[in-house]
Amino acid sequence: MSRRTGRVAAITITAVPLLFVAVLFGWPLVAILGRGLAPDGRLDLGPVGDVFTDPSLRGVVWFTVWQAALSTAITLVLGIPGAFVLARMRFPGRDLVRAVVTVPFVLPTVLVGSAFLALGLARSLGAILLAHLFFNYAVVVRVVGELWSHLDPREEDAARVLGAGRWRTFRTVTWPGILPGVLAAGAITFLFCFTSFGVILVLGGPTRSTLETEIYRQTTRFLDLPLAAALSVVQLVAVAALLVVVGRLQRRASTPRGLGAARDLARPPRTATARTFAAVNLAVMAALVGAPLTVLVVRSLTPAGGVGLANYRALGQLRAGSILAVAPLDAVWNSVWIATIATVIAVTVGGCAAWAAARTRSRLVEGILALPLGVSAVTVGFGMLIALDRPPLALRGTVWLVPLAQALVALPFVVMLTAPVLRAIDPRVRDAAAVLGAPPGRVWRTVDVAIAGRALLGAGAFAFAISLGEFGATSFLVRPDTPTLPIVVYRLLSQPGSAAFGAATAAGVVLMALVVVAMVAGDRLRFGRVGAF
Amino acid sequence: MPRSSFRPVATAVVALAVAVLAVSAATPSVGAATRPADRTVTLLTHDSFAVSDDVLAAFTAKTGITVEVLRAGDAGQALNQAILTKDRPVADAIYGVDRAFLGRAVGDDLLTRYRPAALTTVPAAYTAGTRGLLTPIDVADVCINVDEAWFAEHHRRAPTTLAALTRPANRDLLVVEDPSTSSPGLAFLLTTVAAFGDQGWQRYWKDLRANGVKVVDGWEQAYYEEFSGGGQGGERPLVVSYASSPAAAVVYADPPIDSSPIGTMTRTCFRDVEYAGVLRNAEHPREAERLVDFMLSEPFQADLPLQMFVYPVREGTPLPEVFTENADVPTDPYSLPAGEIERNRDDWIREWTGIVLR
Repeated sequence: MSRRTGRVAAITITAVPLLFVAVLFGWPLVAILGRGLAPDGRLDLGPVGDVFTDPSLRGVVWFTVWQAALSTAITLVLGIPGAFVLARMRFPGRDLVRAVVTVPFVLPTVLVGSAFLALGLARSLGAILLAHLFFNYAVVVRVVGELWSHLDPREEDAARVLGAGRWRTFRTVTWPGILPGVLAAGAITFLFCFTSFGVILVLGGPTRSTLETEIYRQTTRFLDLPLAAALSVVQLVAVAALLVVVGRLQRRASTPRGLGAARDLARPPRTATARTFAAVNLAVMAALVGAPLTVLVVRSLTPAGGVGLANYRALGQLRAGSILAVAPLDAVWNSVWIATIATVIAVTVGGCAAWAAARTRSRLVEGILALPLGVSAVTVGFGMLIALDRPPLALRGTVWLVPLAQALVALPFVVMLTAPVLRAIDPRVRDAAAVLGAPPGRVWRTVDVAIAGRALLGAGAFAFAISLGEFGATSFLVRPDTPTLPIVVYRLLSQPGSAAFGAATAAGVVLMALVVVAMVAGDRLRFGRVGAF
Repeated sequence: MPRSSFRPVATAVVALAVAVLAVSAATPSVGAATRPADRTVTLLTHDSFAVSDDVLAAFTAKTGITVEVLRAGDAGQALNQAILTKDRPVADAIYGVDRAFLGRAVGDDLLTRYRPAALTTVPAAYTAGTRGLLTPIDVADVCINVDEAWFAEHHRRAPTTLAALTRPANRDLLVVEDPSTSSPGLAFLLTTVAAFGDQGWQRYWKDLRANGVKVVDGWEQAYYEEFSGGGQGGERPLVVSYASSPAAAVVYADPPIDSSPIGTMTRTCFRDVEYAGVLRNAEHPREAERLVDFMLSEPFQADLPLQMFVYPVREGTPLPEVFTENADVPTDPYSLPAGEIERNRDDWIREWTGIVLR
């Protein structure tokens, strides 16, 4: 009986995330692509060919690819040492730094764009690359760091004792251990830069266009659905191909390793070299992440003609006519409850997915869940509007659609943060538990949950932060009476006058503070309770 | 996978499907929540829509209808959302369709005919091309604005005509918006088409480009970041914006000022009209009609200038003092027939992109 129920449970657990993605992503995508490529029921792939024959569209494809590759390379080169410092070194204020570097990832691009411009950065390729680094640094630090903080340093110690130099130890012991995380982080970063929208619009200027901005332009301005659908198909195929390649590489790279409790593994930097290394990396973070964030904080505290809290007081009063149906402060509450629901969904569904993914060596489940990251928010947003409008899926216009969409965006991160950890659990630990008489449920609870629970809490905090900052899908689906903070920031920024701009920066700082609190709390919880096993 | 596992898969999938159905059935949808007692109407519009709270509250008090405002990006985006969802619209009425997209809105089986009684108070010119499907609500002139202070400081004379903008004396002074992403940008492209003709505007833009015109994506960026009169460190004293911008500059000045530092090149204007209409498959068509009536009523019309910085279409609506004192109304703005715009708009934009950006 237990085997049978075990299998049913396994299949159910696998089906939950797949069905979730099929309903909220697959079906809307098919609906909108169908409008474009098969308007009268007959599939016509002609427009897809146009993407490669039209020279200006070919230029768009090429620019999309190379700027994403370059951005990813830069982010990995700077992010991996940063991940090491934050995962393996213990120093005062580390949790706060870890939390703060995550802030950019969730900030609305409109706000960041104005911060970058305030720092004197002109719109240029350099500004795009820097912004991509700014936004994705946290992905590398989080995803690589998560794995790194679980690697048992005794393996490295052993290699050193056996006479390996520092470089050889890194190459033969550490690098294989973090490689799945590096690949995952590289893949996510590439996906984000490949589908970059806000950054390109704000910092690229009108001459630089990616597939994503072109889809937006074709859909919203020209209503050229066939071409928009063709561009979406090209983007989707490219993303799927990338995920397959990364999956292959990851599968080759992943080996069960000894996992330790994260807190025990971090050591204070003792040698002068270690201190210098830490100092250099912290300086990079301060310049890269600190400077633009500081500009925003300073601006929010300096309303026209002085220093003060006027911008923050305005959040409680300003309703900007009826631009906002509620005072900006109410949006804080909306953001928190919507993000909480989204997080619960993302962690539940993502936990199932990670568990299912870790049972096989195939990366199929992770790949499918990562697909939504590779598709234009405009495409999915319009798709949801036309596909989820009738029973049994009459979700449009309900309060549920926004948290569901945000969970969809956060889902791949939950899986990518948890699955590598679950996979890295030595199966012999489970075997040992089973041999000692534990039934499957108990093995799962005492081994998998104990180890992955920690990763899942961290992933939950990250999912919460992503939901807080989510703008693309939310702006499409949000109900007028429940705007979230990024929507408020955006609405305020589009209002004339320095008062609205000041309030926008204040709302942005509140958003930043919420993210920092969520990330610090996530780290604390993670290390405090479930940590020991 | 063993063959016998088929049944559990099926069971699981069915169970999940049932769960999804149960959840979605239990979810209150907007439509289902609407009882006859509390009538609502949903207005699909652009991000810049604004109305005073008390004006809207008076409408609700008088009619018993609550208005939900759904903002869906810029005017083009909102219209396209309406077209994509026209079988089951997300709203009952739409507001913010402009001249540039009038042809698309009336040509797509999207709207239902409605003629408010108050239409008699609106000059007939504004209803041209609407086919009885859309009601004009407000007028806005897209013009080039001038930072007068900048020209005074540099001891230079500000240009007054389109032709002057291509002269070397005015090199690197103008910032415009990309017509493929911005409504005022598109309106200014239409200005040049109207001024120089179907065959002449391309030459003009080549000259503008040679004379250092700067193109940005949107109005906010152009006005606040690039325009020297926008107050955020911009360096160009000429920007494509609105005839009402000088009034807005006074309203939003902090600390307050008496007269506007911004002027308008009144011979560079394109007259844009914004329309409202009832969506064909609306759930609440009667309420939507009341809403259109309301938008043509005196209180809403008088509220328009200070809320959205546009002019009322209703004749005899009083203007706020800040408008009469600071904003020049162009006497002879450019305009193009809706049909001509609809036939050529996308080609013009593509051609413009080739000339100015590539």
